[in-house]
Amino acid sequence: MITLGQVLLLAAILFCISVAGIFINRKNVIILLMCIELMLLSVNMNFIAFSHFLHDMNGQVFVFFILTVAAAESAIGLAILVVLFRNRNTINVEELSSLKG
Amino acid sequence: MVTQYIFYIFAALLIFSASMVITVRNPVHAALFLVLAFFSSAAVWLILEAEFLAIVLILVYVGAVMVLFLFVVMMLDINFVPLREGFARYLPVGIVIAVLMVVAMGTVFTSVYFSGAQMNVVTPTATDVDNAKELGKLMFTEYLYPFEIAGAILLVAIVAAISLTLRKGRSKKSQNPAEQVSVKRKDRVRLVKMNSEKKSG
Amino acid sequence: MNTDMQSIYLAIVLSPLIGSIIAGLFGKLIGRSGAHWVTIIGVGVSSLLSLYAYKYLMFDGGEIFNRAIYTWLTTGGINFEIGFMVDQLTVTMMVVVTFVSWMIHIYTIGYMHDDPGYQRFFSYISLFTFAMLMLVMSNNFLQLFFGWEAVGLVSYLLIGFWFKRESAIFANMKAFLVNRVGDFGFLLGIAAVLMTFDSLDYNQVFAQAPDFANATVNIISGSEWSLMTVICICLFIGAMGKSAQVPLHVWLPDSMEGPTPISALIHAATMVTAGIFMVARMSPLFELSETALTFVLVIGSITAFFMGLLGLVQNDIKRVVAYSTLSQLGYMTVALGVSAYSAAIFHLVTHAFFKALLFLAAGSVIIAMHHEQDMRKMGGLYRYMPITWVTSLVGSLALIGFPGTAGFYSKDAIIEAVHHSSLPFSDWAYIAVLSGVFITALYSFRLFFLVFHGKERMDRHTWEHLKESPAVVTVPLSMLAIPSVILGAFLIGPMLFGDYFTAAIYVQDQHDVLGMIGEDYHGVWAFTLHAFQTAPVYLALSGVLVAWLLYIKFPEVPQKIVGRTNWVYQILLNKYGFDTFNQAVFAGGACKTGSFLWKFGDVKIIDGVLINGTASAVRWFSGKIRNIQTGHLYDYAFTMIIGLLMLLAVFVHHLME
Repeated sequence: MITLGQVLLLAAILFCISVAGIFINRKNVIILLMCIELMLLSVNMNFIAFSHFLHDMNGQVFVFFILTVAAAESAIGLAILVVLFRNRNTINVEELSSLKG
Repeated sequence: MVTQYIFYIFAALLIFSASMVITVRNPVHAALFLVLAFFSSAAVWLILEAEFLAIVLILVYVGAVMVLFLFVVMMLDINFVPLREGFARYLPVGIVIAVLMVVAMGTVFTSVYFSGAQMNVVTPTATDVDNAKELGKLMFTEYLYPFEIAGAILLVAIVAAISLTLRKGRSKKSQNPAEQVSVKRKDRVRLVKMNSEKKSG
Repeated sequence: MNTDMQSIYLAIVLSPLIGSIIAGLFGKLIGRSGAHWVTIIGVGVSSLLSLYAYKYLMFDGGEIFNRAIYTWLTTGGINFEIGFMVDQLTVTMMVVVTFVSWMIHIYTIGYMHDDPGYQRFFSYISLFTFAMLMLVMSNNFLQLFFGWEAVGLVSYLLIGFWFKRESAIFANMKAFLVNRVGDFGFLLGIAAVLMTFDSLDYNQVFAQAPDFANATVNIISGSEWSLMTVICICLFIGAMGKSAQVPLHVWLPDSMEGPTPISALIHAATMVTAGIFMVARMSPLFELSETALTFVLVIGSITAFFMGLLGLVQNDIKRVVAYSTLSQLGYMTVALGVSAYSAAIFHLVTHAFFKALLFLAAGSVIIAMHHEQDMRKMGGLYRYMPITWVTSLVGSLALIGFPGTAGFYSKDAIIEAVHHSSLPFSDWAYIAVLSGVFITALYSFRLFFLVFHGKERMDRHTWEHLKESPAVVTVPLSMLAIPSVILGAFLIGPMLFGDYFTAAIYVQDQHDVLGMIGEDYHGVWAFTLHAFQTAPVYLALSGVLVAWLLYIKFPEVPQKIVGRTNWVYQILLNKYGFDTFNQAVFAGGACKTGSFLWKFGDVKIIDGVLINGTASAVRWFSGKIRNIQTGHLYDYAFTMIIGLLMLLAVFVHHLME
């Protein structure tokens, strides 16, 4: 039998991989967006795991909403990316520092 | 027993594909590995008896979001070489942090709080229980308002994405409803009085 | 009957107020004559009704009225009320106030004839009459304070009546500020009364007062003060401000910047005597503290003697009269100090008439001299202004206490009372008031001779226009001259030795100096004749004689005396340096403190440190913290992950335990 701990560990590993991904690919916005998707996936994994082991459907409802918002987020994120590329002709995060204090 | 092995296989596949996502050189490959990651996690979800969500994950993510990613990656003429600069330099830091976090989280998740006896006693769901139906019941009763809001958020996302990427220029054809409504007859039709032509001849 | 009297008392108080409001707010509408008619009628009604009330109370044996008319508010079990207490003391004051005020209203028609602020002036003096009546008729401390402040306000307005004159503005500000000092003491006194007796009503306070005779209070920790002494001295400080006693007298001479009618009404006859009235009214309290009485006595005698001396060197006709007022107020205060309250009130009444008379006569002279007030430019006026001359003579005789005049009886009574007193310092006070008599005679007749006799020193233009003042001026003069002569003889018996004030004024047996004198009192004639065996009359006559010698017979002598004793003269001219001291220490100190607070407190601390300091601290801090904001996405992500790690560390830490 799989246990709750195993699933949670899997989600944790997934999350840490995506964190590491953000660290390693610190210039490529597209990969960064993908890493965020992975993070959300790991969170969803947690929800489903708890839902399963606690017999509570509410967790799945939350996953549903997270999926919705994540879809919206990636759509807008990509749209911003497109606009960004059009204007700056680059997606290098290094060059995007106009918020520097 | 079998489910356990299946879980291990897909877990390994998930970890592998996730690692590939962050390390491969080509973003197109990264997107494809991401698709694989989604597939394998959908499989894990199936094991966890979240059938509806597993299907939705594949349909929405693999079918829509990831395709969107691919579109963008391919459409934009990006030189990805400079974006990989410093990759090797940050790799050790990233790994160290990831390992640290995994250890920390693992300590937490495998502790008594999450592995208590009561937590892991899983009574198998009765076969006649329909996951999608249960979810739907909950969503359209208790979570009706959040559901509507989610719909609105999606609508806003559509509008936002379109209006962000919409290019204004000559090549665009658009309507102006205000102008259409306020149009007057004399703007469109001009009655011209002219004498009838004499028949030649 | 009591209800009828209530309406009458209300009418007495309110008719001047109505007149004042009409003249003040609708002055343009009703015009100049409208303004003086409405106010004169208002005050006239008030005056006649006061006379009726006087008759009712004194001759018909009417009962004392004491009732709250209106409850303003009730808080913490204390009622703040507007109420009237009309007893013999009050009704005496009412008659004096309304009658003098009435005369002065009439006189003003002549004096202010060409002034653009005619209606405003009438409105003010009617308002003053209202306020003064509220003060004297009050049956509680709060209303007393209201009247007290209201007369102060009107005094301020009237001293600065010619508000385009810088000196007038200076004078009214000075009067206001000096009175604030006194009023602060007064307010503290009232607060102490409220704290002690839990009531502001006269009757309740006076009834309880003997229980607190030996009570003490800790003001500065460790030192016990007699409660009654503290209360009485605080109240008396208020009286010192209002009645211009040393050292709070400095405003009164300067108040002569105001028009002469108000100098007569407010700064001689009525308002400045409010302090005297108040102390007399509070006699049940003052009687309980010999310390306070001694304090009153010392202050009074200093004022009576030293302020009289100043009158000798002044050349401004009004200022001489002003210093004489100060000196006479000192006499009254001395009388209060030796518990001869009735004598003080008696002198107050006679003084109100003859001093108003003197001021109005001075005003009449000033009109004739085209607003020239320097006595060195007058002289020989008796030929041109016979009525003014006669009335001035009457006033001066009354002032110096010439036997038979009103001032004689009241002043002699005071001197006798001081003589009989057994308080500490009363010997000194006796010397002071006795020598005061000589000084009073000297400066009064110096003024009289300089103005009406001797060489005519005015310029030609003025001389050509010299003439007696119109009837509106001379009639009030005559009306005031009559009581100045006869009033004393009528009042002395009942007022001092009869039972005139027994209900209103309380004197302890061992302080009852008037009672001692009363034992030897055998009627007016005996009293008058007895006077010729005592010093004061001769002192007064010698004063007149010296004045005649110095200013008529040998007019060059005063200059020589001044030359010989120049330092004394300088001290007197500088008014003992009170003004210089106040100017340097209080005014200068206040300016310096203000300037210090402005330059250091405001500019440096508030602006510099608190406001600009806050801003620059924010700027400095944000300048430092700005470096954290790199604008790079991964730095923010890194920070977030560090935070996440910390959070995890906390979880792990909990698990370890």
